[in-house]
Amino acid sequence: MSIEAHIQVERGTFKLNARLELPASGVTAVFGPSGSGKTTLLRALAGLDPCPGSRVIVNGTSWQTTTESLATHERSIGLVFQEPSLFEHLTVQANLDFGRQRISKSAQTIPLDHSIELLEISPLLNRYPHQLSVGEQQRVAIARALVVCPEWLLLDEPLAAMDVARKREILPYLETLCRESDLPILYVSHSREEVARLADHLVVLNEGKVIANGPAIEIFSNLDLPLASEPDSASIIETTVAGHDNTYGLTLLDFAGGQFQVTHHDLPVDTPVRLRVQANDVSLTLERPTQTSILNVFKAEVVEMAEAGPTHVLVKLAISSNSDSGPTLLARITRKSAEQLALQPGHAVYAQIKSAALLN
Amino acid sequence: MNLQPEDWNALWITLKLAATSTIILIVLGTPLAWWLSQTRFRGKFLLEAIVALPLVLPPTVLGFYLLVALGPSGPVGGFIKAIGGQPPVFSFEGLIIGSVIYSMPFVVQPLQDAFKAIGTRPLEVAATLRATPWDRFWFVAVPLARSGFVTAAVLGFAHTLGEFGVVLMIGGNIPGETQVVSIAIYDHVESLAYTKAHWVAGTLLVISFLLLVAVYAGNRKFRVWKP
Repeated sequence: MSIEAHIQVERGTFKLNARLELPASGVTAVFGPSGSGKTTLLRALAGLDPCPGSRVIVNGTSWQTTTESLATHERSIGLVFQEPSLFEHLTVQANLDFGRQRISKSAQTIPLDHSIELLEISPLLNRYPHQLSVGEQQRVAIARALVVCPEWLLLDEPLAAMDVARKREILPYLETLCRESDLPILYVSHSREEVARLADHLVVLNEGKVIANGPAIEIFSNLDLPLASEPDSASIIETTVAGHDNTYGLTLLDFAGGQFQVTHHDLPVDTPVRLRVQANDVSLTLERPTQTSILNVFKAEVVEMAEAGPTHVLVKLAISSNSDSGPTLLARITRKSAEQLALQPGHAVYAQIKSAALLN
Repeated sequence: MNLQPEDWNALWITLKLAATSTIILIVLGTPLAWWLSQTRFRGKFLLEAIVALPLVLPPTVLGFYLLVALGPSGPVGGFIKAIGGQPPVFSFEGLIIGSVIYSMPFVVQPLQDAFKAIGTRPLEVAATLRATPWDRFWFVAVPLARSGFVTAAVLGFAHTLGEFGVVLMIGGNIPGETQVVSIAIYDHVESLAYTKAHWVAGTLLVISFLLLVAVYAGNRKFRVWKP
């Protein structure tokens, strides 16, 4: 089972030409700056805008070939737009029922109650959209897209129209959704943070072209890509909760290269946790620092270096580990430091990590 | 009440004419307005201009052409006569045809605006929820354009109530058949029967006002989703 698409769209001077081969499970984020064609791509996949010459095959079913194209209502999708776009004349319950009633009983593989519980909207069912906050509306919109039991869930920047508080309110629901459902999800976003938290697979778009396509963690630390080269570049490290140090109020996180100590988070042991380490928060030494206030120090090897502006250098490191490919870390240091330490690919260093943020 | 039997008749004909025309206008105007609001057809402006024509034409001009067309020697009337029918001039049917054409813009334009105001988003959402085009029209566009329908019906009805020129040209002034209130009032004034004119005019004024009050009050009550 997989998703294969080749989308070609021309709008005036803008051209989108994207070839995608995506796994039929997990979250694929489509990332790129505004105007890179993310939304155009999503709308084309949903059949909302005509795109002759394109091809879409989902789990063996042709949604679009060069000669034929299914209309949007014939495609097994669920779509969440940037704005909640609930039907204002219907209650929350009726909004959910709208799509549900239009699919056959045999296709109703996801129980209605399950989606209502997942998004915690049961207290809202009898209300009208204007009586809900924007965050609540968006949760209803996500549930509404789920209850049509789609083969593919498309999310078009579902948090972009929300303020920070609303984003914090909804992100946990999205995380639960992404973790718990077997549904393939396409998540369009220009937010580095959302992508870092949610994506398994990443497609990077720029000016209508796919410039990268692969596992999210690899792409995040690929120096050739804009994700790594921006001033707030960061690397992501997958860890699991190993335990808690109650004396000092710390949480211990195991990963392939050792153990992180971070400030206490109330999480049960074995919970998978993604850590984001800002490249600016990583400093390098040639010898193991002994007298340091920094808790997290790891032995690593310089893999690659790239200039980041006139004064800085971005260093890609592989944390030494027993496995072949140790976790990757990005460090952003000054060019002067890089020259003083005479850093070269292959050199062994110690990476001191000043702070690491938990993403869940 | 000091209304004469023929005044009652005129009032009844007027209300019957307005109600029938409004129903026909909604039935014909809804698909037309929907099409105009959705199409990207380049010649759309021509159709819009034709629909809007009664707004600018003096009613007598419209009435005159209708009289010619529908009369026994006109193209439409002649055809009806040839197949054994009665040309619809100087009859209630003729009044309905005239009213429908005359009040068309008052129904089509509010509906077209209401459909346009919905925007494409709710319809796109409905499509992603498996709704066919007909489904989308019936269960999304129509309910969301509800206030447009109320406005269209009120304007269509009210405009037909106040009709004078077209009715006079095409229907004549046959008491009990084609004499509407506006013409009855005119007759009373012509014959200097001001008291009679007052009674008829006042009755129409009160009926119209009560009708509008009822419609607007009801519309407000039902618009629960617009705070």
